[in-house]
Amino acid sequence: MAKIRVIHYINQFFAQIGGEEKADYPVEFRDGEKVGPGLALSAGFGDEAEIVGTIICGDSFFNEHIDEASAQIIDILKEHKPDLFVAGPAFNAGRYGVACATICAKVQEELHIPVLTAMYVENPGVDLYKKDIYIVPTKNSAAGMKDAVKKMVPLALKLAKGEKIGASCEDNYINQGVRVNFFEDKPGAARAVDMLLKKIAGKPYTTEYPMPSFDRVDPNPPVTDLAHAKVALVTSGGIVPKGNPDHIESSNASKFGEYDITGVDDLTADTYETAHGGYDPTYANEDADRVLPVDVMREFEKEGLIGSLHNKYYATVGNGTAVASAKKFGEEIAKRLKADGVDAVILTST
Amino acid sequence: MVKEIERAGLPVVHVCTVTPISLTVGANRIVPAIAIPHPLGNPSLPADEEKELRRRLVKKALHALETPVDGQKVFED
Repeated sequence: MAKIRVIHYINQFFAQIGGEEKADYPVEFRDGEKVGPGLALSAGFGDEAEIVGTIICGDSFFNEHIDEASAQIIDILKEHKPDLFVAGPAFNAGRYGVACATICAKVQEELHIPVLTAMYVENPGVDLYKKDIYIVPTKNSAAGMKDAVKKMVPLALKLAKGEKIGASCEDNYINQGVRVNFFEDKPGAARAVDMLLKKIAGKPYTTEYPMPSFDRVDPNPPVTDLAHAKVALVTSGGIVPKGNPDHIESSNASKFGEYDITGVDDLTADTYETAHGGYDPTYANEDADRVLPVDVMREFEKEGLIGSLHNKYYATVGNGTAVASAKKFGEEIAKRLKADGVDAVILTST
Repeated sequence: MVKEIERAGLPVVHVCTVTPISLTVGANRIVPAIAIPHPLGNPSLPADEEKELRRRLVKKALHALETPVDGQKVFED
């Protein structure tokens, strides 16, 4: 069988042309040459595949001239007809990662040949194209080159040969969010008990439903003078004026509402309700103070325990709402609260 | 939302029933609530007792806002 023909894309840095000062290096093709990481890939490919040329492009050049650089690269590939296009690995280099992922996606789309790149999971190239192309996860620096090459080679060969690609954890690529149905040997209950026993015994186990990872924020210093503080209420429990004037969705909310409660001392069944799906709304509809405690906050205001209750409250529905949406709502709400001189916030969730 | 409010520089307390979610998401000051459909109430109590319960919970939330924390803290009884 003829060797698989591979063309490899790298940046100016890995081509040893230069660092940031050479980042505007234009597209160059080195026919028949393996350069930098291409040497390690080539060694990994052994007799099965061969790098028949290397494309080099500065990271700034690519990102500032995406269409021009992509067109040039696609022309080179059309002329040299590789069976496989490999870019990177880019590790945690942002512009390089974006370049690798972008050019791979374009090559796949226009030339219908298999493509592969590799980079660190937090490289912005990942979120842009992980659904479209195979991206091998690497360490965050070039110190992970050996490991990256070890994972890239088998997947590259599989792709080039048109073999069936397994799950992301089997074939070492970043999860593309694709679900495939299959039959397990053991029912879910048995698998869950197995996992639990391993967990109790302190042995390693693999979850079947990994939770998304979340970042952390340091706590702010406490309120020092509550009796003079302006405190605001915010809720993800969907408390809205009766009739839900902003039409906040009962699930996967796309917005939040800002509601004036000047002069409101108590939320009643006639004036407020919940827009939240997914929990029994009876109790919140009977008395929305059960979710958004306006009544007792007013009492505390009168008693002088707090300086004042902010005259606006903010609400959205937390049911199935995307983390990205919630983040956006939170940022905007915080901006408005700060502009209104609020000192502290009580956020209630159902 | 809690985290973005905290990130913006406002001390915030999360009053919620499912505290493990709050801990996972990354709230720092957490006050456990009564139940998912009525976090700050209990419909099985007479109205005055329910109000007293809510006063206690909100006081606890205010106390949490006055308390220095150096990481995540669930304010149990």
